[in-house]
Amino acid sequence: MSRDRSRKLLPWISTPVILIVAFIAWDVFVRVSGVPDVVLPPPASVFESLGTVLTTGETWQHAYITAAETVGGFLIALVVGVTAGVILGKVAWLELSLRPLVVASQVVPKVALIPLFVVWFGFGMTSKVVISAMLAFFPIMLNVQLGVRSVEPGQREVMRSLNATRWQTFRHLELKSTMPYVFAGMEVGIVLAIIGAIVGEYLGGSEGLGYLLVRTLNDLDAPAMFATTIMLSALGLALYFMVNGLKRFFIPWHESVYGQQDVNG
Amino acid sequence: MSADSAEAVFKTTGARQSTPPGQRSGATKLELIGVGKEFRTKRAHTQALEGIDLTIRDGEFVSVIGRSGCGKTTLLRMIAGLLSPTTGQILVEGRSLWNGARVDTSVVSQLGVVFQEANLFPWYSVAENIALPLQLRGDDKASRLARAQELAELVGLGGFERSYPRELSGGMRQRVAIARALSTHPKLLLMDEPFGALDALTRERMNLELQRIALATNATVIFITHDITEAVFLGDRVVHLTPRPGRIAQIKTIGFEKPRSIDVQTEPEFGAIARDLRHALDEDEKR
Repeated sequence: MSRDRSRKLLPWISTPVILIVAFIAWDVFVRVSGVPDVVLPPPASVFESLGTVLTTGETWQHAYITAAETVGGFLIALVVGVTAGVILGKVAWLELSLRPLVVASQVVPKVALIPLFVVWFGFGMTSKVVISAMLAFFPIMLNVQLGVRSVEPGQREVMRSLNATRWQTFRHLELKSTMPYVFAGMEVGIVLAIIGAIVGEYLGGSEGLGYLLVRTLNDLDAPAMFATTIMLSALGLALYFMVNGLKRFFIPWHESVYGQQDVNG
Repeated sequence: MSADSAEAVFKTTGARQSTPPGQRSGATKLELIGVGKEFRTKRAHTQALEGIDLTIRDGEFVSVIGRSGCGKTTLLRMIAGLLSPTTGQILVEGRSLWNGARVDTSVVSQLGVVFQEANLFPWYSVAENIALPLQLRGDDKASRLARAQELAELVGLGGFERSYPRELSGGMRQRVAIARALSTHPKLLLMDEPFGALDALTRERMNLELQRIALATNATVIFITHDITEAVFLGDRVVHLTPRPGRIAQIKTIGFEKPRSIDVQTEPEFGAIARDLRHALDEDEKR
């Protein structure tokens, strides 16, 4: 029991320790090697710059824009992806006839299409939302499709032997057993959605953290660039943990949530 | 060989000459009349079962034993309303279960089925799993919970109502599955090798438990197994199915009074029945 508890605490101790060691190593490296600030600024100036960046109102406006694009695109991908996944999972002939196209669109490097989307949907938020949605869509759809097909035959048999209606089978069995797959798709999807938004901002536009990053690069302001990168990472982490939190709330019974500790063991 | 002529009646010496439990009320619970099943594929027709005639009385515990592939699971699935018979009739309390290839759902709702795997729903607690049939039927929450509580006690899982299936051992999960099957007070409890996936010791304990539960609820049970000891220990009668095509080779009446203790297995009469069945099953293998 106490061993379990100390195991749970371990990442909370190890992570800060590793980070501190990394920062010290970074600082020492910068001092000893004498790399120019533009290439690798010392951690102290990055933190200083982070302080400045965080206290600028404009930064938060940019962060808000990126978050909105990501969440918007992600939600579109979620709705469309779940719907498409359920339909393709249930209707075998449709899935078969669309499979070549789905595979082809999977293989296409979608990031290469981003300039095209900027041309089509403009330099504003719309193009980034569309890009985010497109990137997040595929993992969600594929996972849901897999989930719909992965309902345990034995559990189906139980519902049949209980005279369950289609709706009851959906509600008590299919919906619940597909949920872990939906969340697996969401966890991948949210990360891709933020990548989509940032890359979209790199390539065209005048707002968002991606734009800010490109601007600091053009200014050769390396500490600010690092600081912006840290902000982007924080945004990504926050969104990921939001999805992860939803998963913990909705499917506490799933092994991906209750973790590796074997209760029977 | 017809079923009746092969019926070997056995009475224990010394035991009270009690009427077999099935004859207490004498009412017919289940009747199989000339039931057969043919599986057709493009290449082959397989006669899985042929001419199965069997009458099961109220409160009777009937074990069905046979080699794998003898059609015993097919038989159970037909009685459970999951697979339509090609020929014959299945009557539950005189009402036909199958109407051609269509199943009469009002008859199915009077059955309880336990499969080899517990097939619990991991997203529901033990109580919710047990009460699932009641929920589907539309019972209100309070009565569902009360019934789940009662059944959890019955199958020896009192105090585990709020646990989740992942927290239970294999034997405990199968107890939940049995409780779930019993929740609607089924007229007939159908069990398809329910303890097949359990280790020998757990299995023995579950056999005792099942006997207790069956007696306590006066359930009529059809119990499919390939384990001779289990079949004889639990059954008021043991039906031996022989393969290709699946037919009833013989029906043995087991006279030991119930409840039986595990020690009954060491009695010479028990050994004799088990040996007969073993030889008969070995014959099946040679065919």
